[in-house]
Amino acid sequence: MLTFIGRRIGYSLLILLGVSLITYLLLFMLPADPARQIAGRSATPEVVAGIRAQLGLDLPFYQQYAHYLGNLLQGDLGRSYIQRSEVTELLGSRLQPSLELMAAGIGFELLIGISLGVIAALRRGGIADRLLTALSFIGVSAPQFIAAMLFLYFFAVQLEWFPMGGYGGLKHLMLPALTLGLLGSGWYSRMVRSSMIEVLHQDFIRTARAKGLSRARVVLRHVLPNAIVPIIPMIGIDIGVFMGGLVVVESVFGWPGIGQLAWQAIQQVDIPVIVGVTTICAVAIVLGNLIADLVIPLIDPRIDIKKH
Amino acid sequence: MKRTALSLVIAATLFTGPLLADELVDANAKNGGSVVVTYQNDVATLDPAIGYDWQNWSMIKSLFDGLMDYKPGTTELVKDLAEDYSISADGLVYSFTLKKGVKFHNGREMKASDVKYSLERTVNPKTQSPGSGFFSSIAGYEDVTGGKSETLSGVEATDDYHVKITLSAPNATFLHIMAINFASVVPKEEVEKWGADFGKHPVGTGAYSLGEWKLGQQIVFKKNPAYFHTGLPHLDTITFEVGQDPMVALLRLEKGEVDIAGDGVPPAKFLQFKNDPKFKDRMVVGEQLHTGYLTLKTTLPPFDNLKVRQAVNMAISKDRIVRIINGRATPANQPLPPAMPGYDKAFKGYAYDVEGAKKLLAEAGFAKGFDTELFVMNTEPQPRIAQSIQQDLAKVGIRAQIKSLAQANVIAAGSAKDQAPMVWSGGMGWIADFPDPSNFYGPILGCSGAVDGGWNWSLYCNKKLDADAAKADAMAKPEQSAERIALWSKIFTDVMADAPWVPIFNEQRFTVRSERMAGGNDLYVDPVHVPVNYDHIWVK
Repeated sequence: MLTFIGRRIGYSLLILLGVSLITYLLLFMLPADPARQIAGRSATPEVVAGIRAQLGLDLPFYQQYAHYLGNLLQGDLGRSYIQRSEVTELLGSRLQPSLELMAAGIGFELLIGISLGVIAALRRGGIADRLLTALSFIGVSAPQFIAAMLFLYFFAVQLEWFPMGGYGGLKHLMLPALTLGLLGSGWYSRMVRSSMIEVLHQDFIRTARAKGLSRARVVLRHVLPNAIVPIIPMIGIDIGVFMGGLVVVESVFGWPGIGQLAWQAIQQVDIPVIVGVTTICAVAIVLGNLIADLVIPLIDPRIDIKKH
Repeated sequence: MKRTALSLVIAATLFTGPLLADELVDANAKNGGSVVVTYQNDVATLDPAIGYDWQNWSMIKSLFDGLMDYKPGTTELVKDLAEDYSISADGLVYSFTLKKGVKFHNGREMKASDVKYSLERTVNPKTQSPGSGFFSSIAGYEDVTGGKSETLSGVEATDDYHVKITLSAPNATFLHIMAINFASVVPKEEVEKWGADFGKHPVGTGAYSLGEWKLGQQIVFKKNPAYFHTGLPHLDTITFEVGQDPMVALLRLEKGEVDIAGDGVPPAKFLQFKNDPKFKDRMVVGEQLHTGYLTLKTTLPPFDNLKVRQAVNMAISKDRIVRIINGRATPANQPLPPAMPGYDKAFKGYAYDVEGAKKLLAEAGFAKGFDTELFVMNTEPQPRIAQSIQQDLAKVGIRAQIKSLAQANVIAAGSAKDQAPMVWSGGMGWIADFPDPSNFYGPILGCSGAVDGGWNWSLYCNKKLDADAAKADAMAKPEQSAERIALWSKIFTDVMADAPWVPIFNEQRFTVRSERMAGGNDLYVDPVHVPVNYDHIWVK
């Protein structure tokens, strides 16, 4: 167990190193000059050169990257070029709102996805099944920006059920989380549906029914726990996809999270913030997958991580 | 009768001036109330030496003061922290007398040494101020930017209330420069206490002080009860909510949750808003010191040929581009915007003339046209404007390929010698830092800006006009002002003879405010306190 975790953490660190290298390299190659951005349009070339030297931007790539990594190890992600404050401070202030939205969003995804998947599998081929398949298709392929705007308009402006964006309590959280949940639930409902259908055809289900267990008991006690296994690693992968959704949904709903920060930083080519957000996202994805791998044996005792 | 008496009292209050109340204060204004202002982007910093964007420009003006400022809603210079000033006969020495008893938000009195410290801080390369270049006319500037000295030899605090600033050459715009945000007076002890984070903990002498800042969420300004302009500000608090989509902000404004939508109306929604009777009285239209232009790289063939540049000027239908942006601008024919002193009303520029353009191209040896590239920033509506230019150019045989990139990348390519033959300035267009024509010349049309890393993307350099510009800026005496503006006017029309730009349009500005907001419309589209003059607005 410990060696497994140790090895996985080792791999994870390598992945993170790779991610930071690629991001840093891509942004290094970008034809935008942060020193000029900082210096403004009234600056003389000497002033620009001075700023470049202060930020160490005149050094070769490997030195800049090594410098960045050295600081990173001490928990220093640098200073934003635009906001002129510590990237860690900017990220820190936005981490909690993002985590809240993420937990609620993934919660809704699972709740909606699994329930719809179960219903579709049980009513396989029926109208409900076809309707749900179509719905999940729409959900997965709907542009998040449009969907978020529509939801906002319909539920907040017309029906006035929810406040129009902003950060606050549960009331503010519900609408963006529901948007993310509904849009992302399609993946889960389809996965649950196919995995349920597969399990439903297995011999032990027929045996359970034959020995006189009620339908509900069979589904909840025997089918679902077996069908749910592939969902767990999916959540790990989903965190990455989810981050993409966060960028859009947070911007529309004015949710002060990491996604909004990323969106602004990308538009302004604020390199330290972009690298910082990417690093945080990579950590979240790697961590999510690690946790998913560790949780699976608890759900399905047949999977033994010692063998991996 | 009673009414007359009352208005007499008001008039008396107005005309007796600073004794009773500040002369700039709106006599009808009510005090009190809290308002909500929204912006999409974060407020980057409130450090006056650094802040240089749409959100923070006016916010900084409300937290800090400089020696000079402008009459609310206008481009007319007035004294602010300065009680008085005088200019020496040779135009080189400016002597300012400071107002007494002006206090920083931390309670300490503002003194002449603070003025000196603030200017030196902005110029010091360690501050990394985007505004440092504005102060290059102060004696000793090069020593500070070159790292030889930390103090400006040209700035001298003779006693607690007198500052003497010596210039290396006469500069007619110097009082404007003393009004720019970068010249705001900051207290040394607070700057040293917070270091690089002073921008998150600003302390000034302004109408408001910073109450609370929740990063990425909201900023609250509190009224400064000890503000030296008696009677200002009118509002008790202003809450700036950031991260708000402009469309959502307008919906919230309609519901009464928001008082000022700071980002205005998104282009795609503009017509709908303009025609909606509900918003008729809530939308304020204002002139902006802005020109949108297409640069033609004068050093890169075929744009090194004057006839080609003139042909491009004639080939582009500016009316159509104005229609594309739903009439949010007026077509331009010269670099200066109409609201700027020196704008030549009689100047006609190059009229739209497809046949004439073809003829000029044929004379230049490009009867069959040529291939070129058009660089543009990739946010709406800029690419659509570029497409319109592309189609117009195609009609005269010029095949332009559009390169749509992020702002920073277009700026980086703009000044390169070997690329970006044409750049559409939209989204990066020149909005004046101060209302004087010289601000539209040096960096964007003068030889000093025509360098790698500069903002003169045509790489246009006309030594004679540069000499004229220097001459105009040396006319620092007030009685020379009319002559100076006339000279500037001629410089800009002379520039058009060389056609390094195609001036396309002058954008207007639209602010949407809730019904309870009061104060002159000018305050909501203030040409200098961009976008809104928070010090003077009030709630009904």
